[in-house]
Amino acid sequence: MHILVCGGTGCQSSDSAKIQSNLEKELALKRLQDDVQVIRTGCFGFCEKGPIVNVLPDNTFYVEVKPEDAKEIIDEHVIKGRRVERLLYVDPEKEKHVEDSKHMGFYKKQLRIALRNCGFIDPENIEEAIAHDAYQALGKVLAEYTPEETIEVVKKSQLRGRGGGGFPAGLKWEITRKSVSDKKYVVCNADEGDPGAFMDRSILEGDPHSVLEAMAICGYCIGSDEGLIYIRAEYPLAIKRLKIAIEQAESFGLLGENIMGTGFNFKIRLRYGAGAFVCGEETSLIHSMEGKRGEPTNKPPFPSVRGYLGKPTNVNNVETFANIPAIILKGAEWFASIGTENSKGTKVFALAGKINNVGLIEVPMGITLREIIYEIGGGIKGGKKFKAIQTGGPSGGCLTEKHLDTPIDYDNLLKAGSMMGSGGMIVMDEDDCMVSVAKFYMDFIVEESCGKCAPCRIGNKRLYEILDRITQGKGTIEDLAKLRNLSSVIKDTSLCGLGQTSPNPVLSTLTNFEEEYIEHVVDKKCRSGQCKNLSYYVIDEELCVGCGACLRNCPVHAITGEKRQAHHINTDLCIRCDACIAKCSFDAIRIQSEPKILAHK
Amino acid sequence: MNKIKTLADLKRMQENVKSKVSLRDKASRAEDLVQVKVAMATCGIASGAKEVMEFFVVELDKRGIEAVVTQTGCMGYCFAEPTVEITLKDKDPVVFGYVDTKKADEIIEKYIKDGEFVDGIIPRNYETIK
Repeated sequence: MHILVCGGTGCQSSDSAKIQSNLEKELALKRLQDDVQVIRTGCFGFCEKGPIVNVLPDNTFYVEVKPEDAKEIIDEHVIKGRRVERLLYVDPEKEKHVEDSKHMGFYKKQLRIALRNCGFIDPENIEEAIAHDAYQALGKVLAEYTPEETIEVVKKSQLRGRGGGGFPAGLKWEITRKSVSDKKYVVCNADEGDPGAFMDRSILEGDPHSVLEAMAICGYCIGSDEGLIYIRAEYPLAIKRLKIAIEQAESFGLLGENIMGTGFNFKIRLRYGAGAFVCGEETSLIHSMEGKRGEPTNKPPFPSVRGYLGKPTNVNNVETFANIPAIILKGAEWFASIGTENSKGTKVFALAGKINNVGLIEVPMGITLREIIYEIGGGIKGGKKFKAIQTGGPSGGCLTEKHLDTPIDYDNLLKAGSMMGSGGMIVMDEDDCMVSVAKFYMDFIVEESCGKCAPCRIGNKRLYEILDRITQGKGTIEDLAKLRNLSSVIKDTSLCGLGQTSPNPVLSTLTNFEEEYIEHVVDKKCRSGQCKNLSYYVIDEELCVGCGACLRNCPVHAITGEKRQAHHINTDLCIRCDACIAKCSFDAIRIQSEPKILAHK
Repeated sequence: MNKIKTLADLKRMQENVKSKVSLRDKASRAEDLVQVKVAMATCGIASGAKEVMEFFVVELDKRGIEAVVTQTGCMGYCFAEPTVEITLKDKDPVVFGYVDTKKADEIIEKYIKDGEFVDGIIPRNYETIK
């Protein structure tokens, strides 16, 4: 019997390490330690309900497990063979316990290629990886294929870069191969910077060998003997597992000198980033690795011609690499049979925001947003109404209800005014104010702009200021035209990808939610009540008992009322500090877009 | 640690380590395999269920039969321990009582291989409340 305990960052922060040690302790007490194995794996993806414990072979899927549940799992499940009902996942629709992951809506529509081993193997044990075909693709390539033939396979699979741009991976390899130089580099871009995205981290934590193997394959193809992984220092667990993986692969002779007796040498080293968003852009990334400031330079020359230390460098994203071994082993035709016409294979998305099943999913290209949100994601939190979904992070845009049935691939997302990006998906419901959402992303961009070129440094700051003004209730209708103009100038004149895409959140919210902007600047209203200066604090007279708690705590004496009579807030005096809401025990104070109470609870 | 020097080395190594994780691979397609459940409550263990389970694990592997062998709780037939439940593909589970290693051998050879019943079947005398 195997008990798999999730050891991803999410679950570890909710004590999964303690769960594992408690399970082992209980097993030792019952002298079952030889019969039952406890294995710490990478992320299962179902982070919403973590920590996850999966018992095999009966495939029982326990959610929200606490360290003290270990005893019950061992006593009941392992010894007596009865599932611990209260720890099973409850299907929110049928309100029924679901025993195994196969029957969970979250997993039904998923197809796992890049995540094939995540949540299935112990990432700190190379033997488990080898049992699941790790390094077989490298062996096959070295023994049977020439570099050109390998590139041909990757090209035929039509794999496109998963970091966001979607450049064909095989073509990139071919260009780097054709660059003539005494030294070339393979770089893995693990500088995942989008807010709410954690695809690359989970792959590195759950299956580091797949990335190492693919980098070596890439090295063989382009004629390089050295790989570098640029990873942000904020990912300590991923770094730790990568180090262990590299060490184990070297001691097994799967990395290093004369790999599998073929004379091919390849070593991999880590390079740490300080977590700057711009360093996900490949030229900035290379400068940062060289010890220089993380600033972009003009392309061309592309890194495949002049990259790290002036040598030809092939930069690919973590997820792109993770697909490579599967493509080599199963064939380009198999990979190209999945997905849509111009976007093959699968994509990993990180679901976040107002959605029931927050987590990590891998789905075939061409799936619709509706399937992702309602079938895999389990719908909107609290039964609220779906409003928008932000894809592609701060460089992407938001999609709305009318895009729900659009098949997702690189081209369709671009057409809809967003982009694939690295795969973050943030879901927003009716309580979210779209102007504030745009402001949030601009705040992020202003913070992360490297400052090298004026359009991005100054332009984005101005965009932010206009948006701030609008949310304060001081905007005018002319501001909307200004936002549009400025955005298109920034897009056209910025130096790198960061600036060229940074106004996207503004443009897409302006296109899809123009009426909300107009409400803010003309009617001075925020329908969601998120812009405090545009909203009213109102006491529901039916709920107010006149206890006086709010009145006593209001710092500006804006509240009046007799004892045991409904109180009243003077909107002109109110500074919207929330002190009254914090003190009210009757939930009688509301923030809303109208000065009068709209509907009683 | 011996270094992996050729692709053949890697393949050999994969064969060696596969058994360690085979349980997990089999779990994902358990319905298609022979499922053996050994009752391993106090009564079962006291009557030698551990040896029986070990026997199933080792022998099924040796005889090249892909199976998922697991332990389960007391089936309620404490008088007939050790008890073993066998589910062949697309068939109803059958419970065997008084299973020692000799009986286990017979079960593998006759029931699992050929679907031929052997003595010691405990008739199902209950309905599961759904």
